[in-house]
Amino acid sequence: MSSEPILSVRNLERRYGSFIACTDVSFDVWPGEVVAIVGESGSGKTTLLNCISGRMERSSGEVRYHMRDGRFPDLEELSEAERRFLARTDWGFVHQNPADGLRMRVSAGANVGERLMAIGQRHYGDIRQTASDWLERVEIASARIDDKPVAFSGGMRQRLQIARNLVTHPRLIFMDEPTGGLDVSVQARVLDLLRMLVADLGLSVVIVTHDLAVARLLSQRMIVMKSGHIVEQGLTDRVLDDPRHPYTQLLVASIPES
Amino acid sequence: MPDIDTTVANTGPLLSVSGVAKSFTMHLRGGIRLPVVANVAFELQPGECVVLGGPSGVGKSSILRMVYGNYSVDSGQILIRQRGDGEMANLATGEPRLVLALRRDSIGYVSQFLRAVPRVSAVDVVAEPLVARGVERDVAAKRAGEMLERLNLPSALFELPPATFSGGEKQRVNIARGFITDHPLLLLDEPTASLDATNRDVLVEMIREKLGLGTAILGIFHDMPVREAVATRVIDVSAFSARDAA
Repeated sequence: MSSEPILSVRNLERRYGSFIACTDVSFDVWPGEVVAIVGESGSGKTTLLNCISGRMERSSGEVRYHMRDGRFPDLEELSEAERRFLARTDWGFVHQNPADGLRMRVSAGANVGERLMAIGQRHYGDIRQTASDWLERVEIASARIDDKPVAFSGGMRQRLQIARNLVTHPRLIFMDEPTGGLDVSVQARVLDLLRMLVADLGLSVVIVTHDLAVARLLSQRMIVMKSGHIVEQGLTDRVLDDPRHPYTQLLVASIPES
Repeated sequence: MPDIDTTVANTGPLLSVSGVAKSFTMHLRGGIRLPVVANVAFELQPGECVVLGGPSGVGKSSILRMVYGNYSVDSGQILIRQRGDGEMANLATGEPRLVLALRRDSIGYVSQFLRAVPRVSAVDVVAEPLVARGVERDVAAKRAGEMLERLNLPSALFELPPATFSGGEKQRVNIARGFITDHPLLLLDEPTASLDATNRDVLVEMIREKLGLGTAILGIFHDMPVREAVATRVIDVSAFSARDAA
């Protein structure tokens, strides 16, 4: 067991005027761990994800990240340039709608290669080769490398977004309902791909989902949110098989037995 | 198993349960409380196969699930000897990370049902606990194949996902997955329920080998011949039942 969390959240709160989107949120993410944040629409889970990934300002609380150089600063202590560098290299963010995470009018290869150029790679042949390898890894034929994502199906776009995120070997990935917009059959393939990549690369992941089956399949640990508060957290199978809080019991009782 | 860790043997119990109570509060049913067990206390020594006995619904599976960290406990402690340093860790109050580490290194579990992950082959399902511990994928897959072969799973099924397998085939995948590692503590929840006589005998043989290596086994066996063949001791769970007190 490594002894330091990669991300540490303490007493996080985000208000919109007098409305509290999330409050009193504390948890750690450990290296190689997948943490699922579940809850219904409006429970504050997406706000929480945006705050801990530095995409949205928080009202109060701490979010610390373990940098590659060993520092463990609050994200607010980092300069804008440092934060942007983190977001481009050490982190990934997989959006529910691939169009939010891709550039739809440049080729698939360029979508993947762009992240490599952001970390200083300049050799065209190398970039193209790496992009091609990653397309294969997410099960997109490398012959499609010059096609634009507008010509791709929803599932392919989502797999391309995943490749774009992983090409820089990030350590921490945030995912917002990554399979939410996909047909069930397509969903299974994307989930399976995510599960394998996360295990192979030893990634840490914070994934927001309203789908308990997705949480069961991907995560080791689960955080249940309701009305902006964490109502229960623990091992994923413990929370799902022995839910304690009334709201968690309601969620679990609402899924058909499989 | 060449890499069995013998340092944990002969150093006291591998599992020590004391004062454990469990109830369920059903918030969707007006908050009624269902007591399951109370004052559960027992120990497992290396090389012992302890069978949880008693009628259906008395709390046998719940005890097994608590020892695996799958159910929470209301009170009491569940001490498990950690494979690395030999220290006792309290799983009952442990953080999720502790429970995950104990599952990786110290506690194996064969459940009644296989929760199959779509698109993952039988051989990979079985190899996974070894891969999680850093064994090379090829080596783990080879060992997984040997386990499945021993349990007479047709080799044509090795590369297929178990979702479409029969009950007995799934159970054998589950058994292979549970037995592939050298966890000092192994939990078995009715592992023979869907097995034919031949495979039941294979399992009995596998259990005896584990016991010979110093593994402690805690199990539920409704199958009397199997129980008699492997049990070193039976604990009557009725003694811990909290149902009457309610």
